[in-house]
Amino acid sequence: MISELKAIAIGVSAGGFNALHRILPMFRSDFILPIMVVQHRKADQESYLITSLNDKCQLSVKEPLDKTKIEPGNIYIAPGGYHLLVEKDYYFSLSVDPPVCYCRPSIDVLFESAAEAFGSTLVGIILTGANFDGTKGIKRIKSLGGITIAENPETAEINYMPRSAIKTNAVDHILNLDDIPGFIEKLLGK
Amino acid sequence: MAMESSNNMNILIQDIEDGLDTEELSEEKAIDHEDIEIRLILETVKLVHGYDFTNYAYASMKRRLEKNLDESGLEKLSEMIPLIIHDKDFFRRFLHNISVNFTEMFRDPHFFLSIRQMIIPYLKTYPFVKIWAAGISTGEEIYSLAILFREEGIYDNCIIYATDFNDNVLEIARDGIYPAADMKLNTANYQRSGGKESFAGYYHAGYDSVIFDSSLKKNIVFANHNLVTDGVFGEMNMVICRNVLIYFNKKLQDHVLELFSQSLRRNGFLCLGAKESLEFSTSAPLYSVVDKAARIFKKKRDVL
Repeated sequence: MISELKAIAIGVSAGGFNALHRILPMFRSDFILPIMVVQHRKADQESYLITSLNDKCQLSVKEPLDKTKIEPGNIYIAPGGYHLLVEKDYYFSLSVDPPVCYCRPSIDVLFESAAEAFGSTLVGIILTGANFDGTKGIKRIKSLGGITIAENPETAEINYMPRSAIKTNAVDHILNLDDIPGFIEKLLGK
Repeated sequence: MAMESSNNMNILIQDIEDGLDTEELSEEKAIDHEDIEIRLILETVKLVHGYDFTNYAYASMKRRLEKNLDESGLEKLSEMIPLIIHDKDFFRRFLHNISVNFTEMFRDPHFFLSIRQMIIPYLKTYPFVKIWAAGISTGEEIYSLAILFREEGIYDNCIIYATDFNDNVLEIARDGIYPAADMKLNTANYQRSGGKESFAGYYHAGYDSVIFDSSLKKNIVFANHNLVTDGVFGEMNMVICRNVLIYFNKKLQDHVLELFSQSLRRNGFLCLGAKESLEFSTSAPLYSVVDKAARIFKKKRDVL
């Protein structure tokens, strides 16, 4: 039994530029869930990633401002230099609290706050990366009933991050990058 | 019979205990309990110490409280409550841990460049300029402003009110002593912000620290002011409050933005952090946009 899904959270580090350009354009314009993404990056690298993804995606890609309401049909990319958090009434807040796992934005910070806000209606996805950020977050999503996915380490550009998440036994599905959007469509019953 | 009823009683007690156990294992229930503990902690801090964090943005406050819990070696959030009431040293560390004091000089150089190019020419038309920098933390931004105003030739005709609710960070700001290791980044920011001099000329280096030239402090008034509970600063030409509002919930943001609107004179400038927006606030209609990317706004009319 799958409860009604409300949001997708994606965490990605090294290799993310290519990975995001592969999978985000595969979500069609009628995709109904908001997609929240933490891609590790420096504070000043924002505009190119957003512009480039926007050119290729059917959904609207944006950096949320503090207190932006989370709405379907949008892909939200965490701004460089800020943690992205989900508040219980489904809007974002930002913070410049110290880095977590050496990163700001940190995947754990998004995943843990999103898990508490969305509970079993959240899908958490860990993609390529050379960091262990997101591992705690995946555990939290799983323990609150959400669905957890890791990119197949065999085919990931850098396998450290998905491998670290899988080691916790909190990952439900291990999938090749290209299969992830279709798998989520299937979860939604399409 | 007696034996039997006693057995039944034991079974009943066992059932209740099992029930309690399952309840403890439920993560959702644990979150509900944490929410209650956090409300009690923030209420205690408010009642005992007068600092009101109850309308801070919840998700990041919770993270900071949990981090404080880890450091303290306690088990449950609520165990902090007696220490907050009775243990001064604990409370000092607690206050430090739940405040965020991340800042750098000329942070977001584009913002300072925009001040130089778009705001200074306007401020120069006034004989005297009053500026309120709210939530200054350890003061890096205040020295950045002082340097910029001096280079643009308006420092001698201005006064900067530099406020924070936390006396410990105000003291650091007042001293103007910072780690020498930060100067590389600060210098790079300064240059990108349109800086006109040698940055090293503004401070004196010694061992691992630098101290900013005391002449930069001449027209700065450092003062304790709490945005949550304290009032208006009158007739300001400019209010700067960057990366403070992100720590507040929407209700408190509206309150503080109203405070700023009342403090600004007509045509005064409001400067927010790079990812902070007026668009979700009740104060939005009062302002026009001067530089959207730099988050500089201008007050259109007086608040009724």
